[in-house]
Amino acid sequence: MIKVLQSGLFTTIQDTGRFGFRNYGVPNGGVMDSISASLANSLLNNHLDDAVLEITLIGPKIEFLHSSIIAITGATSLIYLNADLIRLNKVYTVAKGDILSFGVSIVGVRTYLAVKNGFKSIKILNSRSLFQEITPEINCKKGSIIPFDEFKIENNNHLVNSQIVFKKLFFETSILEVYKGPDFNLFSSSEMNKIIKAFYTISVKNSRMGYYFNEAVLPHSKSIITNPVLPGTIQLIPSGNLIVLMKDAQTTGGYPRVLQLSERSICILAQKGAGESISFKLTEI
Amino acid sequence: MGNYKIHIKQYSPSAVLIEWPSLISKEILEDISNFSIIIRKNKTEQIVDINFVYCSLLIIYNKKIINFNTLKSELQELYSKMKFDVIKRNNWNIPVCYDLEFGIDLSYISTFKQLEIKQIIEFHINQKYTVYGIGFLPGFLYLGELNQNLIIPRRDTPRNNVDKGSVAIAGNQTGIYPQNSPGGWHVIGKTPIQLFNAFQNPPIEIMPNDTLQFYQISKKEYFKMIHDPIDIFTFLQIE
Repeated sequence: MIKVLQSGLFTTIQDTGRFGFRNYGVPNGGVMDSISASLANSLLNNHLDDAVLEITLIGPKIEFLHSSIIAITGATSLIYLNADLIRLNKVYTVAKGDILSFGVSIVGVRTYLAVKNGFKSIKILNSRSLFQEITPEINCKKGSIIPFDEFKIENNNHLVNSQIVFKKLFFETSILEVYKGPDFNLFSSSEMNKIIKAFYTISVKNSRMGYYFNEAVLPHSKSIITNPVLPGTIQLIPSGNLIVLMKDAQTTGGYPRVLQLSERSICILAQKGAGESISFKLTEI
Repeated sequence: MGNYKIHIKQYSPSAVLIEWPSLISKEILEDISNFSIIIRKNKTEQIVDINFVYCSLLIIYNKKIINFNTLKSELQELYSKMKFDVIKRNNWNIPVCYDLEFGIDLSYISTFKQLEIKQIIEFHINQKYTVYGIGFLPGFLYLGELNQNLIIPRRDTPRNNVDKGSVAIAGNQTGIYPQNSPGGWHVIGKTPIQLFNAFQNPPIEIMPNDTLQFYQISKKEYFKMIHDPIDIFTFLQIE
């Protein structure tokens, strides 16, 4: 297990999400950037739905109470294992008493920490993803203990020190790939063209539930009956602003669903924060 | 066979949306509810989640849909062959305390709608509501339809916190806040019943397509039920 010595800004436990309970109003949740989280699990030869720590902007300081191997992916920051600066996308061994400390993110917003065989925190409704009113906590606090199974590895094991080097991180782009949403045709093609061609900046209102964009592009007064929505759904609200629903978004919504992000684009957006700009590229599903 | 003309759309690489005529209707909801059961039975292993509300249904598959047109015709055929079973729908009788301490917007509604508070309560409890879906929050029931006399626009500014158990109205709907949350509806009372519990599976016993009716309790009864929680099935009406 690990002990959280400093919590960081917002550190949560996430797996690939909670499925099967949408009809009771339970959001899917799960890792915001599934590409980076799967990479961390893959480096350790874990299951892709093993639970990881999702670290947001300012990282935590944690102490290992058992040995294991770890991999860190996603947003870059200065990360120290005891006194040594360590790399992202590389497997390291950790021993009891080791201290891992994360700095402030440099490129990207969300960093993922995986341990061998995943974190084994409480599973509620088939998932370990923290969510308000479902799990007792919504984020890791100073003093939190997060269990995992001890794992000892021989130093000659091929996993140790294995790494992936990227020339460029996949989220270093401002273009988001979008599909037509279910309510695309509620607006004329010139109206939709305006929405697709516009440039957007991310509002300070951005969280695991959704991202607001600052620009009011197409004010409207179209109302629709409440209907199902998905993570990645882009809603056009009456003020003319867009809201992108993210992983913790509610399961139903009442605004026109004009566009839908691809999973890859959800991951890219999850690595962006307030003030950053994005644009869309419309593609077929 | 299915009773309506439905539209089947691909919503994401792994999700499908089925739309019924855009109406709030018990018959449509029943049709959707029926179809959701048939879909679940038919392709269980490939479906990871389903939800429906009012007049549309979402299906999430465990992997990318390879050929949407094939899937679309399969679903269309399944719908056209559907045997319309009368599905068992439960009716729940839910206690509400309409004391002014809990019904914090009763006075406002009374002025706005020119109704006595007693009349507001009567209009609210005399109606049998259909659960048109669960969303917004885990366990939040969309209940329709409200008595015409109670139809009121949402509050201009939503509250930062509405207490768990609050019973509220807006538009032609009424609902129960299953947890403390921000909210823009007008609060008229509070139920002592805990509807949603994540430590149980299913986390809520009330299902979309069930019906629900409120009855009035005193503040004393309210606190008694808070103190000694009662099993939800006590409030299930056996027909």
